[in-house]
Amino acid sequence: MQVNLKINGRPVSVEAGSTILEAAGKLDIRIPTLCHIKLDCLHIEHRTGSCRICVVEVKGRPNLAPACCTPVAEGMEVFTNSLRAINARRVILDLLLSNHPKDCLTCAKNLNCQLQELAQEMGLHHVLFTGERNDFPKDLSSRAIARDMNKCIMCRRCETACNQVQTVGVLSGVNRGFQATVAPENFKPLADTACVFCGQCVQACPVGALTEISYVYDVWRALDNPAKTVVVQTAPAVRVALGEEFGLPAGAISTGKMVAALRRLGFDKVFDTDFAADLTIMEETTEFINRVKKGENLPLLTSCCPGWVKFLEHQFPELTYMPSTAKSPQQMFGAIAKSYFAEKSGLRREDITVVSVMPCLSKKYEASREEFNRDGSPDVDIVISTRELAAMIRESGIVFSQLPDEEYDSPLGDSTGAAVIFGATGGVLEAALRTAADWLSGADLKEIDFTAVRGLEGIKEATVNVAGLELHAAICSGLGNARKLLEKIKRGEANYHIIEIMACPGGCLNGGGQPYHHGDDSILEKRMAALYEADRNLPIRKSHRNPAIVKLYEEYLGEPGSHRAHELLHTTYIKRGL
Amino acid sequence: MQKITSPAELAALADAVNQRPRAPRRILISMGTCGIAAGATPVRDAIIDEIAAQRLERDVELVEVGCMGLCHAEPTLMVIDGDRTLIYGDVGVGQVPAILSAAPGEAAVGTRTLERNWYYPECEKPAEGELQARIVLRNTGRLDPEDTDAYIAAGGYQALAKAVTTMQPQEVIQLIVDSGLRGRGGGGFPTGKKWQFAAAQPGPEKFMICNADEGDPGAFMDRAVLEGDPNAVLEAMAIGGYATGASKGVIYIRAEYPLAVRRLQGAIDRAVEMGLLGRNIFGSGFSFEIELKYGAGAFVCGEETALIHSIEGMRGEPTFKPPFPAVQGLWKKPTVVNNVETYACIPAIVRNGADWFRSIGTAGSPGTKVFALAGKISHVGLAEVPMGMTLRQIIFGIGAGIKGGKEFKAVQTGGPSGGCITAANLDTAIDYDTLKALGSMMGSGGMIVMDEDDCMVNIAKFFLEFTLDESCGKCTPCRIGNKRMHELLDDITSGRATMETLDKLKLLSRTIKDTALCGLGQTSPNPVLSTLANFEDEYLAHIRDHRCPAGSCAKLIHYEISARCIGCGLCARNCPVDAISGERKERHVIDQSKCIKCGVCHQTCKFHAVDKN
Repeated sequence: MQVNLKINGRPVSVEAGSTILEAAGKLDIRIPTLCHIKLDCLHIEHRTGSCRICVVEVKGRPNLAPACCTPVAEGMEVFTNSLRAINARRVILDLLLSNHPKDCLTCAKNLNCQLQELAQEMGLHHVLFTGERNDFPKDLSSRAIARDMNKCIMCRRCETACNQVQTVGVLSGVNRGFQATVAPENFKPLADTACVFCGQCVQACPVGALTEISYVYDVWRALDNPAKTVVVQTAPAVRVALGEEFGLPAGAISTGKMVAALRRLGFDKVFDTDFAADLTIMEETTEFINRVKKGENLPLLTSCCPGWVKFLEHQFPELTYMPSTAKSPQQMFGAIAKSYFAEKSGLRREDITVVSVMPCLSKKYEASREEFNRDGSPDVDIVISTRELAAMIRESGIVFSQLPDEEYDSPLGDSTGAAVIFGATGGVLEAALRTAADWLSGADLKEIDFTAVRGLEGIKEATVNVAGLELHAAICSGLGNARKLLEKIKRGEANYHIIEIMACPGGCLNGGGQPYHHGDDSILEKRMAALYEADRNLPIRKSHRNPAIVKLYEEYLGEPGSHRAHELLHTTYIKRGL
Repeated sequence: MQKITSPAELAALADAVNQRPRAPRRILISMGTCGIAAGATPVRDAIIDEIAAQRLERDVELVEVGCMGLCHAEPTLMVIDGDRTLIYGDVGVGQVPAILSAAPGEAAVGTRTLERNWYYPECEKPAEGELQARIVLRNTGRLDPEDTDAYIAAGGYQALAKAVTTMQPQEVIQLIVDSGLRGRGGGGFPTGKKWQFAAAQPGPEKFMICNADEGDPGAFMDRAVLEGDPNAVLEAMAIGGYATGASKGVIYIRAEYPLAVRRLQGAIDRAVEMGLLGRNIFGSGFSFEIELKYGAGAFVCGEETALIHSIEGMRGEPTFKPPFPAVQGLWKKPTVVNNVETYACIPAIVRNGADWFRSIGTAGSPGTKVFALAGKISHVGLAEVPMGMTLRQIIFGIGAGIKGGKEFKAVQTGGPSGGCITAANLDTAIDYDTLKALGSMMGSGGMIVMDEDDCMVNIAKFFLEFTLDESCGKCTPCRIGNKRMHELLDDITSGRATMETLDKLKLLSRTIKDTALCGLGQTSPNPVLSTLANFEDEYLAHIRDHRCPAGSCAKLIHYEISARCIGCGLCARNCPVDAISGERKERHVIDQSKCIKCGVCHQTCKFHAVDKN
């Protein structure tokens, strides 16, 4: 049913149940918002109506109405820019700023902050109200996420991300009145909680209250150290998002420019996590085929995503036998770089510094896990996010858009189309299926696009016929969806052979370390399209056909699943519980 | 226990209880929280001992009842000898033998007796001076709240029996609509309409919630009903459940009301045992159960959506309406939330009809309202009056005027979210609409009286402090706006303010009212707005002259020793910070830099030589 109303005197007709905000959008009337966020393609909406920045005047209503959550009504007359509405909005913004440090110049979110943007947009040049400000201690306990609640504006988006979307349940509203804030229970340090460091809260935060712990300076120091060979690996999803930081359109594939930039920053070798992704497929698919043949320990759960792994360890410790024992591509890369590559280059393990560029904040934590250390030295030394890499490029004065396209170094920079799609939900599974199908059929199959497993939908199911074998697969992204699937498995209602799980909704392309999307979900769709385009553009699109990988097994590892492969490329899980 | 399975069995039980032989003298003792706090327990024990000592077991029956509303004179006793009734106030253990020995209708020597100034509209006409009409409090202070038989004998559960066995649900709703009953929790929304909305929603699962999260400072109406007449609430909730199609009721009660919790739980258990709650009530096929949920004393949980979230185990925060609870409430099911006092009216309406209810009160606000009289009023206590009574009648009639013969200044109605009303409007006939027109509100019925010694800026600050503590912190205007408003008020009462402070205060109050998410936030500036409207001169005196006209803002008070000083040195000896000096027999001086404005010198000077400015 359509509802007719007028906004600023202009008639508009919208579906019943729409909000004033949506109706205004139809007329291209922008109403400022702050707490509201809606990602249609992921079915995520945070609409608490708590910041009150979007208040508008509605004829006949005694008080102002929050546009983000007030439903339209027939004959409604809305005024978005009446003096009363403008004054109220200014006071609200003024109040928010009166309890804000206003240290924009040195804030990690400077020029990326929605509060700052609003102040600019609304022309607020003087803060009228002053008084006591909140004084909460900063939480820098984890390796991934920094919390500075003195910057929090109580939009509570992080809470929705943590509780509704991810069902991790670490962040929630605490205290009352002016002291109200968002924190883990009893103000525990984040490092001591069941936080999985997916960073969806950081991605959701409109201000500088939640940011990544930056390791940019550690990278500069490593690059400055002449005794070290500094190698860098870049995760699949980084290349389709980095350009956004430099004004390139969303979905631009900037692999070549990124490689050029890394070389100019001074990395000795520019390698690719995609190489390790192909390696992951070799190990994981071998394990998968073995489990299917034996018909035991099914379904196999993928293990690339450290956020998901930690979630399982906390929330479903009884299922820790289910994931593949294969390490994630980041960690496989680190292990191979400090063994195979070191040997080939005549270097010792301690001569090499491995830097990762990840779309992810959980990877910072993953690199610090005990299992990924040898004699106290980690396989991956420093992890920075896509955003941090962009910051380094800016700081170094490199004009990104003018860079030539350059190629990765060999051999750890050689990869396939199967690896690049790791960056989207469904990609790992598709890559595994491409290899499994070839291996099981003994042929070099031409039909390799498993489109049923693609798309941003949170839970996807597909039955794939591989060499006469009916394989039931499921793909889910977002930990809330993972929880649903795992509960189903626990109840014995699911009959899958393999399940791909990614912590972030949409997969790594929407990781906590990616450029901020600020609620524009079209960006996510474009990043995904770009990953599949990159896959199509590559000459080799099956992991087991990667010549560098074939050579690695010939020269060093032997067979997939060999003793040495297990030593270097497989891991174990911890029953953490809550 | 034999279950009651039909209206006839209920009537038979009522008759049987009423025909039980009774002692010629009945003594009712107020054992509400207020009475117990004032020392009713030892008085009760003394009465029991005295009955035994004087061997009066056959002559005297002692009944522990809820609050009689006479908080200013607790412990209170009502001694009934046939048609002669005496009320004793401020009863001490030592007075008990005399009271028991006194002849019927004659007050014992050395005691304080009080007039009964209320009547019961269900069965009486008012006599001269009986300003109160007790419908909500019809059993409170009259029946043993732990004795369900007594409730039944007084007509209890008849309304439920009538509704479920002789009326269609729509008829019950229509009756409530026709009665004009409006929500007594504060908003004044028509109760019948609320029920209609919920009834119109598809079932099968719906909920009736009783909001017993009374939290206004100085309000204790609901506590009195819950402690004094718990069955009335249970009966009403079941009637509402039948009318709207709900089979579950939840009473959300603050854990700080342990006595009410105990009596409610006891009443629920007995009602279930007797078949008055549970499956197939009165053989009608209608089933209804009630459980208690404890609140942790957050004022905002009186807001219905916050209350619902609290029951669900979530943080007690309001959410935007729509969806209204009647459509999507507890566990996302249609839910009716009514307040204790609203429920307490329901059985009386069902028993006596809509016309009867409308014959009391005003056209727009039928029925009665219970007020908790507090502050600088002589007779602190509960008063249930017909809507439309004037403030003068309530404060100077029932409340016996201002304490200590001081001048009345204003009365705050509606609790911290309400506003103050001045002497100019004492003769307004009050109901929901007139109070709103005066810039205040009915609220849940708190009435705090202020006298000439109260500084209105400080009063506004006091109420805001409460709201500040009780804000959930969800929306910006309430979380930060009220904090800033409080800081501005503090600037004014401390002499730091300028005229710009006043402009900011006005801007902020208007904006908070216009933009806050829930009722708590929207009404939080009311004390400021109404004191500004009525007492702006007091604000100006603080700001321009750095003077508190009421002399209550410590930071603006200035003590000086006048020429009347004879140099006795008493003030100097009493000054806790040695700020006063002077030679004997000569005029003393206060060192203003040392003075902490405690006022001891002013109080101790026998020659009125210390001036307070």
